[in-house]
This record gives sequence, C-alpha cells and structure tokens, in this order.
Amino acid sequence: MWTRISKHHLFWPLVALLLLLLFNAVYNPGFFAIRVQSGHLYGSLIDILNFGSPLMLVAIGMTLVIATGGIDLSVGSMVAISGAMACLMISRSADQNSLGAVILAIALALGLSILLGLWNGLLVAGAGIQPIIATLILMVAGRGIAQLITSGQIITINSDPYRYIGMGWLLMLPFSIFIVAIVWLFTAWITRKTALGLFIESVGANPTASRLAGIGSRTVLLAVYMFCALCAGIAGLIVSSNVSGADGNNAGLWYELDAILAVVIGGTALTGGRFYLSGTIVGALIIQTLTTTIYTIGVPPEITLVVKALVVFAVCLIQSENFRGLFLSARRSRRVPADREVSRHA
Amino acid sequence: MLRRPYLPVLITIGLFALAFLAGSLRYNGFFSLQVLFNLLIDNAFLLIVAIGMTFVILSGGIDLSVGSVVALTTMLSASLVEQFDWPPYVVIPLVLALGALFGCGMGAVIHYFRIQPFIVTLAGMFLARGLCYVISIQTITINDPFYTKMALSKVRFPDGSFISISVIIALLVFLLALYLAHFTRFGRNVYAIGGNEQSAILMGLPIARTKMLVYAFSGFCSALGGVVFTFYMLSGYGLHAVGLELDAIAAVVIGGTLLTGGVGYVAGTFFGVMIQGVIQTIITFEGTLSSWWTKIVIGLLLFLFILLQRILNMGSTNTRSM
Repeated sequence: MWTRISKHHLFWPLVALLLLLLFNAVYNPGFFAIRVQSGHLYGSLIDILNFGSPLMLVAIGMTLVIATGGIDLSVGSMVAISGAMACLMISRSADQNSLGAVILAIALALGLSILLGLWNGLLVAGAGIQPIIATLILMVAGRGIAQLITSGQIITINSDPYRYIGMGWLLMLPFSIFIVAIVWLFTAWITRKTALGLFIESVGANPTASRLAGIGSRTVLLAVYMFCALCAGIAGLIVSSNVSGADGNNAGLWYELDAILAVVIGGTALTGGRFYLSGTIVGALIIQTLTTTIYTIGVPPEITLVVKALVVFAVCLIQSENFRGLFLSARRSRRVPADREVSRHA
Repeated sequence: MLRRPYLPVLITIGLFALAFLAGSLRYNGFFSLQVLFNLLIDNAFLLIVAIGMTFVILSGGIDLSVGSVVALTTMLSASLVEQFDWPPYVVIPLVLALGALFGCGMGAVIHYFRIQPFIVTLAGMFLARGLCYVISIQTITINDPFYTKMALSKVRFPDGSFISISVIIALLVFLLALYLAHFTRFGRNVYAIGGNEQSAILMGLPIARTKMLVYAFSGFCSALGGVVFTFYMLSGYGLHAVGLELDAIAAVVIGGTLLTGGVGYVAGTFFGVMIQGVIQTIITFEGTLSSWWTKIVIGLLLFLFILLQRILNMGSTNTRSM
C-alpha cells in the first residue's frame, strides 16, 4: 500500500507542497485562516490560487507541448502580446465599460495568440525546426511586437468588465480560479477521455513510429502549439486585468521558465512521451507558494531566484537515472518497465 | 569556397556588408572607421560571450546562464573592489576563475547526470542572478582608479579614430577561439561531439573532459565578458545584461552555426555580433524608429537563418533534437 502511494506520480510534488505550506503555518500561525469579508473569501491560500492562476494556465499549455517532446519558449512574450492587444482595443473603444467592446478585445487578443501559436506550430511541424529554436524566434521578436502594440508605453485602461477577469469574484472566490478550473478540466477531459492524449504522448515518444501508425503528427503538433498559445493568451488577459494595464516589456517576464519548471516539478519529463496535468498544477502551486513564502518570511524577494535554482537542480537530479543510481545502487531492484508504467498511470 | 558549410557564413558577411552599405548611403557620417569601431566598442562584451556560446552550441549544447554570469561578475567585482578594497589584479583573475569553475560545474552535471543542458544552465541562470541580489540589491558604483582607467583609455589610430581596451581584449579572445576551434585537438573534439556524440564515444574521444572544458570555457568567456562589461558600465548591478543569453544565441545562429551542433565557425559568430550592432546603429541613426524594432529585426533574421539552415540541411536526415 505504502509503495503504491509513494510511487504515485503526485506523491513527491504533493509532499513538497505540503512541507512548504506547513513551513508557512509554523512561521505564520494565521496562514491557513480564511475569513469572509463582504461576501468574499480572503486568506493566504486564496491568494496563492489567485496569483498563481496565470502561471497555472501557461503551465497547462506547456505540459502538452512538452509531452510532444517540444518546448515553447515564447509563452512569456505571448502573455505580453495578448495583454497589450486587449488593452489597446479597450483603450481605443468609445466606452471602456461596454461589455461588447471588452468581448471584442478579448476575442481579438485570443485570436492573435492562436495565430502566434499557429506560427510556432508551422515552424515545428511544417518546417521541421527544433522546437527550442523555433519558439526562440517569437520569444525574441515577441517582446518587440508587444512593445510595438503598446508603442512602448504602458497602456492603462479603466474598464470594469475587463477588470472582472483578474479581480472579479464569483461564488465568494476569485474569478481567475474558475478560468483555471475550466481550462484544466477541459484539457483533462479532452486528453484523457478522448484518444488525443494518447496521440500527443505517442508523438512525443516517437514521431516516426506514430506517423507510421497513422497518427497525423503534424496536426497534433499544430494543435498543441496553438493550444499552448491560447493558454498563454488567457494568462495574458488575467495579468493585464490584474493591473488594468499592459506593459509590453515586463508582462509575463520569465513565465516560460516558471512554466517549464512547474511542468518538470510535476513529473513530466522534458523528453516527452508522458504528461501529468495534475502534477503540473501542483508544480505551479509549489512555485507560487515558494514565492509567497519568501515574501512572508521577509527575505528579499530577489532571492527567490536562488531558491528556484536549487529546486530545479534538486528536481532534475532526482529525475536523473544516473544520480539515483549513485545512491540507490544498493537496493536496485529488477526493472519491470511495463509494470511501472501501468502503476504510474493508475 | 562556395562549399555548403561556408555558405551561411558568407551570407552573414554579405548581409553585414549590405547593412553597413545601406546605412552609409542613407545617413551622413555613417561611413567611417569610427562607426565601425563603435560597433566593436559597444559590443565587445557580447562578442566575448557569444564566442564562448559558439563552442557550447558546436558541441550540441546550450548555455542559458551567460547573461547572469556577466551580471554576477560585475556585482562581485564591484563589491570586492569597492566594499572590501581588494586590488583589481586579485579580483579580476578571481572572478575569471570563478566563472570557469561555475561553467565546469554545470558541464559536470550535464555530462555525469545526463540532464539536458537547457535545464542545467537554466538553473545556473537563476542561481547566478539570485546570487547577485544576495550580494546587494542596489547598484554598486565603481570608482577604483584601475577600472576607470580601463574604461577611459583609448587606443588612437593615425586618422583620429579610436578603440577601447575592451575591444583589444575581445579581439584577443576571438583569435584565441579561432586557434582553439581549428588548430587544436580540443576544437576537433568539440566538432566531433556536436556532430555525433555516439560516434565520438566509439572513437574513444574524451567526452567528459571536452564537455566540461566547453562549459568551463563558456563560463570563463562570460566572466571575461562581465569584466569588460564592468569597464563599460563602471558599476555592478543584478539587472545588468538581462537577456544577453538571447543576444548571444542569436549572434551564433545568425553567424551560421547549426544549433544541433557540429557545424559552424567562430568567424561567423563575429559577424553575427556585428550584424546586431549594425542594426542597432541604423536604428539610432534613423532616430524616429524605436528601440523595439531591434528585437523584431533580430527575430526576423533569426527566422531567416534558421530556415536557411533547414533548407541547406534538407538532404541529410539530421532530425536529432536537443
């Protein structure tokens, strides 16, 4: 029983998250307290969910891309572009509070995101360029495009419907949490209840074999990059809505790295072929909790980077067969790959 | 001369000449030796960092930590010189050794634990950037006479144009890199590992040593780039050189080096850096164009060169991913 639990792919990420939360609780006894104020729930845990929502969204999209053996470095730039586009449209409209204008702006921003995803997908699937390089192009040029959209300024808007995306409340909870939940459930449904998940994993495991097996690798790749861009676009809306403004230079900065980190912590290997959506969510929550922790214990927030670096090293070393071999050689058991696969997926 | 491997480099050189010519025709005072030297003066640190990056990419890896190592070097130098009063002739060798050690460590992790270079150097990037802030969150200005002297002294030419000490350092590194890449066993090993690591192992080449040396060299170049950057900025700051890794990778790719490793030239990287410099200079001369156009144009060039490499490689079935 114990081995089954400890072998589950969510075990170590959840342990890490719990340890972080417990550390917070010891340091700050009121950490778990959630109070009701003017019909809304408030508390550190709610904050973590709320502020972590853009990262969770980006990481969900990134999970699928990494599952195909790829990587998308341009998500940070796409967060900036999407926010810039939406804010530009709203600032140009006659009545910033009109629902129609906001919906149009959102549709345009998300449409543009999907288009950028299509570009990435075409480079990877069409031209056959390595993903890390293909998305590097948009990562570099994307910041420029975002600044081009905002003309290098920070566009501030004053729109209540738009502010609702990142700052609104629904059923006593922040609205952004619902966006994440919907995207997460949708992704889980479409990848686990249809064959799409299997297609994605098979493309990641062996593109040639899956093509020979009759899977449209190119279509799968295109769809995955477009979906990742869409997730980044939605995250961009939340980020810009949080501050009611778009900053082409700083919005979504380093998101690609945090998202990749979240995916890796969640147990999805960068080599592709397997992915764990729930692991990614836990990974994103770990990163957000880490950031919150560092703020609460009063260490300069910049030191988050050192802690993150150590976390990346630790996680990668644990994932490395050679490293585990160093310590576990004494109790190395017979490998039963198929068996392990089954139990990990259960 | 028009053999395949040379083609991207020739295109890069041609593009540089074309961009410089276009600038000369369009703007008064563009066509001068000084503008050309300014390209070197303003991009000396980028050139040094990109040369280190070239070796890493030739070996089939990538180093994302270079920008952070540059920042850490400026921070460490500034802190040691200004706050602890260490003499520069102790500080500079020390930071160079630390940079090499940092790179060597990353190389060891990459090789012995078989973790992708991308992730290891990403962690290295976080670590170095974070350590900057452990030293100090504020800028540390440098008033040390040696550093100011290095920053201000110029090497004059008979016609009045000048270059800085940093340019001489960068050119020396460039010559050293040319020698290393094309005339030493180490250079050939790097090309061999980048071309096909499996074959290199079977040939009995020293994979572990070469890989660690490659990352150590990149770390050393980053630290040297950091020293030159310190001369340039005369301060240490944790936000120095943000995104420099991208500029360096872009310079290497635009210089015609294949990102899968094994193919490319140090000389190409030199012109990759120069092209980025020319684009910036043209945008400054134009005046009405905003700085973000640099990013868009560099992105566009990246795209063109990656596509070019892809087309040139159509024949061979090199689909190895990084």
